[in-house]
Amino acid sequence: MAQIFPKAANRLPLVTALVAGLVVCGAVGFFWYYGAPEYTDVGYRPDQPVKYSHKVHAGNMAIDCRYCHTTVEWSSKANVPPTRTCMNCHSLVGQDLATLELVRSSWEENEPIEWIRIHDLGDYAYFNHAAHVRVGVGCIECHGNVAEMEIVQQVEPLSMGWCLDCHRSPDEYLRPPDQVTNMYWVKPDNHAEWVTAWKETMNINPPEDCSACHH
Amino acid sequence: MKTLRRRADASAATATMPWVDAPLVSGTPSFGSITEDISRVAERPTTITWLASLGLVGSFALVLLISIGWLFYEGTGIWGINVPTAWGWAIVNFVWWVGIGHAGTLISAILFLFRQKWRTAINRFAEAMTIFAVICALIFPGIHVGRVWVVYWMFPLPNQMLMWPNFRSPLLWDVFAVSIYFTVSLLFWYTGLIPDLATLRDRATGKIRRAILGILSMGWRGGNRQWQHYELAYLILAGVSTPLVLSVHSVVSTDFAVSMIPGWHTTIFPPYFVAGAIFSGFAMVLTLAIIVRKLFHLEDYFTINHLEKMNIIMLVTGMMVGYAYSCEFFIAWYSGNVYETFAFVNRATGQYAWAYWTMVLCNVISPQVFWFKNLRRNIVVMFIASIFINIGMWFERFVIVITLSQDFLPSSWDYYSPTLWDILTYVGSFGLFFSLFLLFCKFVPVVAMAEVKGVLPEADPHHGGSH
Repeated sequence: MAQIFPKAANRLPLVTALVAGLVVCGAVGFFWYYGAPEYTDVGYRPDQPVKYSHKVHAGNMAIDCRYCHTTVEWSSKANVPPTRTCMNCHSLVGQDLATLELVRSSWEENEPIEWIRIHDLGDYAYFNHAAHVRVGVGCIECHGNVAEMEIVQQVEPLSMGWCLDCHRSPDEYLRPPDQVTNMYWVKPDNHAEWVTAWKETMNINPPEDCSACHH
Repeated sequence: MKTLRRRADASAATATMPWVDAPLVSGTPSFGSITEDISRVAERPTTITWLASLGLVGSFALVLLISIGWLFYEGTGIWGINVPTAWGWAIVNFVWWVGIGHAGTLISAILFLFRQKWRTAINRFAEAMTIFAVICALIFPGIHVGRVWVVYWMFPLPNQMLMWPNFRSPLLWDVFAVSIYFTVSLLFWYTGLIPDLATLRDRATGKIRRAILGILSMGWRGGNRQWQHYELAYLILAGVSTPLVLSVHSVVSTDFAVSMIPGWHTTIFPPYFVAGAIFSGFAMVLTLAIIVRKLFHLEDYFTINHLEKMNIIMLVTGMMVGYAYSCEFFIAWYSGNVYETFAFVNRATGQYAWAYWTMVLCNVISPQVFWFKNLRRNIVVMFIASIFINIGMWFERFVIVITLSQDFLPSSWDYYSPTLWDILTYVGSFGLFFSLFLLFCKFVPVVAMAEVKGVLPEADPHHGGSH
């Protein structure tokens, strides 16, 4: 009886196995890299309606974060300042700057500026700013060094695994509460002792259960 | 081997000598006629009847597809489930289908290891039935999760949430138990198929058909070395499958037994579920075997002796199940636990008493007919009994799941009833099952030809010789 397949077909199982292995590894690797928030979310930097520079205000002028984001210490939400906050200064300085046109019209027409939210968690995740700020998690830990950003961008993945990393070992990310907004704070040599005492005082036990964040 | 040698005289002998096994294949079979009888079924041109049947069951499979589509779109609210009866028909159907999927592996693995040669005629299609039943079973927990787009959370995959399934939960054990069972059953079935696919390949006339069967039979030539490897692989797979027969439904039973619900939290569940699974699996094998042997004229292969042996297994496992039912009541009374007692008294006399007594009638009373030899060799009787058992085993799972409807908080007690979509999904799963089964009957040899030849007297090395 004639052969159904040529002799080269003997190599087919091996080739198939190799190709299948490569495809599987490739697919896993692809999603591992391109599907991770480190790739999809980090670096998100939308153009805001007003060309506001954090570098100028928070960096050069060293205005404290809380001058604009007033609610971070006592509210679950970190507010975006109203136009009124801008006008505190800009009714006196930079009145003729073209970049502030939208701020002025917002002020005159009593219409808020529609800023674009960058750090946007899922609606199913409950995050409380005040709880973190009051125990001494620095702004920089999640938001990066905003004082050097011309346009603010996301620098951390904000994934659940990233949250849990800190909740499981928070020591490195804690600092005295009066240094929370300081972008250039350096850990003192006695940080380890301080953090032990501080956790004792404040009773800091970051929760790891589902309902801590997913009510 | 001695049994085989005696087979030539066995037909005459069985009447007078009950210790001699009846022949495994009736009629006057030869290697050639077996190949011809079985291959014919898989080779004949497509008939109108087959197409019409496939169209009919295929449309039911379409109903399943539509029900699932609507479920994905609308959510599990289309079913009758609610708190406290959060598990409804989907879980009943899952356990029922998995249970049915137990006969195949029992027949192919355990009976193989025990050298029960009568398994050869029925193992091929019992294993196929197992695979199709497990496919139907796997659908239900998959679609019951609600948020089906994150169904991969059932598997322990590394992810950016650092989130893992709960390894202490039987629901995760279930994922492993059933998927391993499915994989091993499929491999086992396929390994057994290879010599027969090669037979079909050698008989094939068309070029494409020969190439497809050539690939599927993996270069099988039937050489001595190939047979040695094959027998060893088959033995290993039988060894791997054997513990699975016991473990899969034990794990499924822990879905219930590990929880703290009165009526579920009992240690008898694993053995009781395994016995029930084998019971229902054999009932389904029997139902299908009776139909298949009639349709494809395979009465010489699925002989009345095979059917009788299956009936005896159903009698035994049915009694085990009946024992478990009564033992549950005994423990409920003996434990003195008021919640346990309530759950069981409520089962037998409460709002679902009709379901409970249907179950008892079908599972405990109906197999008793098999005590009588003339009844367990009667096709009509066993067909009706097998249908009864299929129904009864569905009700057993229904009765267990429905225990939820009266939980610890009387204010939330309610009467659970399915919606139209519950029913359509279940009916649709039959469509899928029978569609797969019809395709199987059309394209695959329904009897393991190579194995049946192995139990003929001609296969005995001492056949016809005098040494």
